[in-house]
Amino acid sequence: MDMLQVSVWRGAASGGYRTYEVPRQESQSVLDVVTYIQRSIDPTLSYRFACRVGMCGACAMTVNGVARWTCRTHVAKVAQGNAIQIAPLANLPLVKDLVTDMREFFDKWARARGQFVPSATRHEDFARVASDSPGRVAANAGIECIGCGVCYASCDVVSWNSGYLGPAALNRAWTLVNDVRDGARRERLAAVAGDAGCHACHTHLSCSERCPKNIAPTAAIAGLKRAVAIAAWKGEL
Amino acid sequence: MSNDFRARNHPAWWAFLVHRLSGLALSVFLPFHFWALGQALQGEARLDGLLRWTEQPLVKFAEIVLVLLLAAHLTGGLRLLALEFLPWREWQKSLLALAAGAALAAGLAFALAL
Amino acid sequence: MGAKAETWLWIAQRASAVLLAVCVLAHLLTIIYAMRHGLSGAAILERTRGNAVGLAFYSLFVLAIAVHAPIGLRTLCQEWLGWRSASLNWCMAAVAAALFAFGLRAAWAVFA
Repeated sequence: MDMLQVSVWRGAASGGYRTYEVPRQESQSVLDVVTYIQRSIDPTLSYRFACRVGMCGACAMTVNGVARWTCRTHVAKVAQGNAIQIAPLANLPLVKDLVTDMREFFDKWARARGQFVPSATRHEDFARVASDSPGRVAANAGIECIGCGVCYASCDVVSWNSGYLGPAALNRAWTLVNDVRDGARRERLAAVAGDAGCHACHTHLSCSERCPKNIAPTAAIAGLKRAVAIAAWKGEL
Repeated sequence: MSNDFRARNHPAWWAFLVHRLSGLALSVFLPFHFWALGQALQGEARLDGLLRWTEQPLVKFAEIVLVLLLAAHLTGGLRLLALEFLPWREWQKSLLALAAGAALAAGLAFALAL
Repeated sequence: MGAKAETWLWIAQRASAVLLAVCVLAHLLTIIYAMRHGLSGAAILERTRGNAVGLAFYSLFVLAIAVHAPIGLRTLCQEWLGWRSASLNWCMAAVAAALFAFGLRAAWAVFA
């Protein structure tokens, strides 16, 4: 039987790679490989997953140096010969093995004012938003994000500037800036301005290149750059 | 954990690196450029002396590289302005290729005219 | 620096970039023209001396450079050297002033 040589990160930040032999199968995903190791070879291996079908965003890891959803990544697509390297996501504190601490990632969504702030009450009529209105189209482009952290792990600005809010949080902010029902535009633009905000983006496009949902956070961040600059120009920042 | 070159190995990241390094190189070159032009204050002879110095093969090669860097920073910068200020389109990689091609053409024009 | 100042730096960086795009294009064409029309000190200075338009153009060019380059260098120092203290801002202000003064002197030497 064809065997895969799977090199997996073990331990915390001071750990190292350990190699496991895993039988190769047809239509095998990288998540299948990790699960095989944990169930059949070494039950102490820690990793995270839930849905296995690309809906929850829990199983993102670094596969051969690139951040990916492991459940939707076929071994055949990434294996070099019979070798695969699997590491935890970059730019996040490591808990153990393949599990990272996502707190900072989600805290940044809150810091970017990623919460919807209603401008109407339940006593008013429904807002009617035309599906082809420019704001709705712009929001639609980024609304499918499920918070897997692949873009955040791929972003070098995050590596170089630890306060940087990152592609996912800024993408979320941009969808809300374009939501006509939202009442916190000014506060949100102020929250995404500054050294840690949208203008720190260098358009490496790593986020857009790696996003498993084909979202382009770079486009959202460019929109924020313009909106924040206009707000500064008008003295509204 | 941090990323290595494998995470960065895609066209836009290389474009960023070219833009940053060319910007750095041009910033370092500028004081020398300004100093050399300032020599004209001391008359034509001083300027001539410098121009003769630049005729050495190695200096000439450095000049070609500098023009190439300037052209690359220009076209790369125009690409960034298009990316940030024009409506987003699925043309980012085409823009990149265009910028690289135009920069190479400018560098070639300079090299061949020498 | 505060969010407002950072935003204005970004605006200045992009505005100067637009200006520089025009200036650098003209400069590249000038270089190629100059190479075809003699590169001796006398030949160059004969074309440039007393050219007020040239002086005005290159003064504007120098101003754009003095705005654009230090902002880019500042980001580079922050990201690659981890230099984030207030001393960086003072240092970059000095770089901007020096580029402006030195560049104007060069433009003056060639065009005045």
